[in-house]
Amino acid sequence: MRDVAIIGVGMTKWGELWEKSLRQIFVETALEALDDAGVDRLDAMYVGSMSSGLFVGQEHLGSLLADYLGQRSIPAARVESACASGGLALRLGFIDVASGMNDVVMVAGVEKMTDLNPNEATYALGTAADQEYEGYHGITFPGLYALIARAHMEIYGTTREQLAMVAVKNHENGALNPLAQFPFKISVEAVLNSALVADPLRVLDCSPITDGAAAVILAPLELAKKLKKPVVKIIGSGHATDSIALAQRKDITWLESTYQAAKKALAMAGKRIEDVNLIEVHDCFTIAEICVIEALGLVEKGKGGQAVEAGLTRVDGRFPVNPSGGLKAKGHPVGATGVAQAVEIVKQLRGEAGPRQVKGARIGLTQNMGGTGGSSVVHVLAAE
Amino acid sequence: MVGIVGYGAYIPCYRIRVEEIAGVWGADAESYKKGLLLEEKSVPAPDQDTITMAVEASRRAIKRAGINPQEIGAVYVGSESHPYAVKPSGTVLAEAIGACPDVHTADLEFACKAGTEGMYLALSQVKAGDIKYGLGVGADTSQGAPGDALEYSTAAGAAAFIFGREKIIAEVLETYSFTTDTPDFWRREYQYYPRHGGRFTGDPAYFKHIVGAGKGIMAKAKVKPEDITYVIFHQPNGKFPLRVGELLGFKKKQIEPGLLVNRLGNTYSGSSPLGLTATLDIAKPGDVVLIVSFGSGAGSDAFLFRVTERIDEVRDLVPKTGDMLNGRRFYVNYGTYAKFRKKIRKAEK
Repeated sequence: MRDVAIIGVGMTKWGELWEKSLRQIFVETALEALDDAGVDRLDAMYVGSMSSGLFVGQEHLGSLLADYLGQRSIPAARVESACASGGLALRLGFIDVASGMNDVVMVAGVEKMTDLNPNEATYALGTAADQEYEGYHGITFPGLYALIARAHMEIYGTTREQLAMVAVKNHENGALNPLAQFPFKISVEAVLNSALVADPLRVLDCSPITDGAAAVILAPLELAKKLKKPVVKIIGSGHATDSIALAQRKDITWLESTYQAAKKALAMAGKRIEDVNLIEVHDCFTIAEICVIEALGLVEKGKGGQAVEAGLTRVDGRFPVNPSGGLKAKGHPVGATGVAQAVEIVKQLRGEAGPRQVKGARIGLTQNMGGTGGSSVVHVLAAE
Repeated sequence: MVGIVGYGAYIPCYRIRVEEIAGVWGADAESYKKGLLLEEKSVPAPDQDTITMAVEASRRAIKRAGINPQEIGAVYVGSESHPYAVKPSGTVLAEAIGACPDVHTADLEFACKAGTEGMYLALSQVKAGDIKYGLGVGADTSQGAPGDALEYSTAAGAAAFIFGREKIIAEVLETYSFTTDTPDFWRREYQYYPRHGGRFTGDPAYFKHIVGAGKGIMAKAKVKPEDITYVIFHQPNGKFPLRVGELLGFKKKQIEPGLLVNRLGNTYSGSSPLGLTATLDIAKPGDVVLIVSFGSGAGSDAFLFRVTERIDEVRDLVPKTGDMLNGRRFYVNYGTYAKFRKKIRKAEK
């Protein structure tokens, strides 16, 4: 396997982009990544998108987007693994370059979600759950994560306030990210007083519905070294699956797929979690971030809530988590999220993250997750 | 000088509380109360509709104006709940107030701004010198689908304004309209309830058009927010008018007298016009009043008025808007509300 580097990143402002189409959002972002890398020709492209068919009625994204990017005829594929589609696209692009099959590969993620009304969007997102064992019984994602949250509170004594602190911390970080959908701070009180969605989760515990895209360009390390730019390598990639249905897990508060994916990625990188300087995780709901930091091994099982309260995951804490603002503040265009996590880590490792820069960051980790953890993808990135 | 010579309001006496509606749908009443600043809304009785309410409000406007209704040359009714799809509301109204047959009438529809459209047309004809008096009415028994967010706000009410050249209550200083093709809210033929674009009804629709019209009329009239005593905006909920006021540089105290939505609900075509009646009820001679409506689809009409001394002579001739909002009220439960609004029907034998 060849060493692989990220030579270009692109991300445009996320939000309710009512005046832009899916292809326009993608092309603007992808062009930024091409410019950043200084390349004009791709050998292949992978695009993560969870449900462009349900969201905008458009499938066959690989060809469409390659065409509109001016790369007609290259091999291009759309990758789907629910909310982990972007992370999985990154893994496939990594494997492609590492294998020697292709040299310059774009990995992008895109989702255009706000063309639907909330009911339709909730339905589209709900297709990431087990339709026969969950969906048909009427449960949606806020409900599933509410079950996890309630269990975590009952078993480990995690408090309602600790859940809120995840959102508060991520908004504090997101306030410094001009590309975030919600670049402003919120208070614990505001979270606790926001509209109830699925008890105990309130609207400010939930990541939003977002239009947006993110893109990175991968190349062999040897090629990357020739560019006059700080080099960021992908040193580990891990992917694991689990039962989609929550009811079929031994412990609904434990994200086995995240644990497995992280184990594999760190083993490939030859690193331990203690070596990591910053982390981007899949905080689709506040409880998700708590479960993820436990599965990654930042804290013991059950101690995630306390760790958040103690400031472990703040930008100035031992393990800065979601310096970008996370899904909560930055937004969550599902297919783009996993790629955007890598964009943030690259900016941080290059020292280009501006006011939210984690000082001295050398190694970063991304954790992207589908559904309630039915799939997880973890990458470890390092500054050369 | 052209302006308002008479105005009148009508609000039904039935109310339903936000908690009552939320209880039926298992929704969180507090989030509507805190998020949208809604407490309760008016409910029309089964025998009330756009026409009956328009008649009530217009009769009061005539009383305040002290004119002979035979001299009213134009009658315009703006509503999105005209009782008939074909057959005008305006003819019934004109007949009921005694303006027929020497009168021009038309029914208007432009979502929530049909009322100010009627006012604009009536004013324009008076200004042109074609008629002595013109009547413009905004009235609605607003529709909101069961369980939809709209159901917490859609209310009933009417406001009527007579324009003329003599014995003016509020002189028209300026008008301005701001219109684009923006599909944020609509109801197709044969559909009973409107559909809306959710959050799309905010920034690209309500805020863009009201800010556009507000800035437009202030530039045209060369006035600033601090030159204006009171301002009324379309009020689909309690939050939007306060935020749009802030965006345009107005203070809460300039908005409050005309902000009725918290306890009235959204009376669609009657919404900002009713806010204007409540504001005239407390205005003093010399006060400058701005009204900016909003209708989905989308557009805003803006009028700038200066209140005259005649306001003190006519204000108390008929019930004031606040009297109806705060006076005798009957609270109904959801079942009664559903019956009144024809959401459920008695079986036919």
